[in-house]
Amino acid sequence: MSAKPKVAFFDFACCEGCQLQIANLEESVVGLAQLVDVVEFREVLTGKAQEYDIAFIEGSITRKADEARIKDIRSRAKMLVAFGQCAVSGGVNRLKNNWANMDEVKQEVYGDSYNMPHLDTYPTKGVGEVVKVDFNIPGCPINRDEFLRVVKELLIGRVPRLPNYPVCVDCKMQENACLFDFSITCLGPLARAGCGAICPSNGVACDACRGTVDNPNKNAMHEILTKYNYTVDEIKEQMNIFGVEPEV
Amino acid sequence: MSKENIKIEVDHITRVEGHGNIEVNITNGTIEKIQWQVPEAPRFFEAMVVGRDYSDVATITSRICGICSIGHTFASLKATEAAMGIEISDATRKLRELLLHGETLQSHILHVCYLVVPDLLKVNSVFPLIETHKDVVLLVTKLHRLANELCDTIGGRTTHPIRARVGKFSKMPDKKELENLKARLVASVDDLKKLADVVKSLAGNIPAFERDTEYLALTYDKEYAFYDGDCITNDIKKVISVADYRRVVNEFIVPQSTAKYGKFNRESFMVGALARFNNNYKQLTPLSASVGEMLGLSKPNTNPFMNNIAQVVESVFAVEKSIELIDWLLADELKLETAPVKPKAGKGAGAVEVPRGVLFHEYEYDDKGKCIKANCVIPTNLNHNNIQLDMEKLVPEMMGLGEKELQFHLEMLVRAYDPCISCSTHYLDVSFTK
Repeated sequence: MSAKPKVAFFDFACCEGCQLQIANLEESVVGLAQLVDVVEFREVLTGKAQEYDIAFIEGSITRKADEARIKDIRSRAKMLVAFGQCAVSGGVNRLKNNWANMDEVKQEVYGDSYNMPHLDTYPTKGVGEVVKVDFNIPGCPINRDEFLRVVKELLIGRVPRLPNYPVCVDCKMQENACLFDFSITCLGPLARAGCGAICPSNGVACDACRGTVDNPNKNAMHEILTKYNYTVDEIKEQMNIFGVEPEV
Repeated sequence: MSKENIKIEVDHITRVEGHGNIEVNITNGTIEKIQWQVPEAPRFFEAMVVGRDYSDVATITSRICGICSIGHTFASLKATEAAMGIEISDATRKLRELLLHGETLQSHILHVCYLVVPDLLKVNSVFPLIETHKDVVLLVTKLHRLANELCDTIGGRTTHPIRARVGKFSKMPDKKELENLKARLVASVDDLKKLADVVKSLAGNIPAFERDTEYLALTYDKEYAFYDGDCITNDIKKVISVADYRRVVNEFIVPQSTAKYGKFNRESFMVGALARFNNNYKQLTPLSASVGEMLGLSKPNTNPFMNNIAQVVESVFAVEKSIELIDWLLADELKLETAPVKPKAGKGAGAVEVPRGVLFHEYEYDDKGKCIKANCVIPTNLNHNNIQLDMEKLVPEMMGLGEKELQFHLEMLVRAYDPCISCSTHYLDVSFTK
């Protein structure tokens, strides 16, 4: 390749914590910056471009205007990567979809002024629900080492793969005691690994912020729930936090 | 000033967290419109947490902001603990203070060095500086890494802390980790002094602009307030308790912004590092105070651009306090301390000083500990009206500099506030017609 690949970063509704993980790569990001030509990255760079080899999208789609913008970016990008759970599944932003209708959501936050046109919103969507996504990097926030690995693979033309085994595997590797034994309901048996079981390793339940594995072992989950006297509904509520569709 | 009509449209002011627009219309030399707009997609967190268990609320509201996720976590935990009458242990409090200093250091270094310094050197980003100022860039990445690793060590993760829970930390750092962290913090004091020297060499490029306003911050008799405190401003004599925060913030909705605005005794107020400094500078450490003096930060100071200098002062303070807190923690046994938590009906507010200013969360719970009402008041929102009024004073003063310089100063003003707009509800479009 003669010219460096042109990459761009865009954000929609999100906390921008995932692009912060890229800044947090510190010295590695200096190395990565030498391999690519960062043509747009509003948060750190003044500048704009017309075409991109890779467009990285953070955040979820929450209003009509977002749809037009993401479609325009898609039309100018050879490859589009959704990074972070907001972009992948809608993330926490999907919690508002639990409400019966969006007027109620708007009223709850903006009171009587809820109908002002600029406060418009619709049920949250992941990027893949609006345009074709070439690769998803899940997590809330993303695991920055995984981001670095995926970008390197994309740059050398390989198809990156995500771990397709549950967080329990990572957790065993960390030699943690099972949280169910401490009366903590944990989504580890269903959730996609790749985070190093960071939450259980810190004594906190996995909330499946990276979504589930492709074919979650529901029977095993049911067995665990029965053994520890929990109900499926309790797990459903927990899965709801990061916009994971309950498959239990 | 030229009497011509010139139309300028610059899209997307950059190097700020979130989306905002500046619109200025000057026709025949007459100012017709100056408006700061916030079109960020609203996210409705206050509706998102309704119906959730108290133990999940901070996990969700932490996601209001990636840069100040730690501060959001603490404002949230404090509000929940206030609602349910939960008293945390001294060690839990000290760990929270330490983690909050880590976030302040991380955010201030990122903002001053990556986002503001390019303005002072008149380049478009930090990237060209890798070539021209490599030593400085490496010094900055070293400090930024240290701040992040502090957050990792104490919170379990750099962003969206895992261990900070209602009434407790779910895991304690070990002695060795704390000793290692302390040694690096002690060594970083010299790096910060070097950084302050670099900032001093650029400080001449900070615009001369003054506008006195009301400065709102937390204040605490024992120390320069970050974690604990009551509300204070330069316009009131008596502090106002956090429980009465609504009396102070007075949020209102405007047509040009999806973020709510606020005001108290004047038409607008300012929150953030400069507001904290103006209210509490007597409680700085000798070293952090001397850095302020070296960088020309008068007490008090009414130049909003000097907010960035106050951030440098607070970075030094954060490191010194972190060392003190680690010493305190190391003097005792590091064991898990869990406050008894019994879900009950109630309402409570919590506040902390986050990098961009005072942050309030308030929740109401039912007797099962389910959230029935939430309110989050975000510091960036509180500043929007002050930014607007600064612009209204700055434009007539600086329009003689010409359109390019005027636009540069307006963008720089917004960046000085370190706005974190995705918090409040992203792109800064500037369009102005002259």
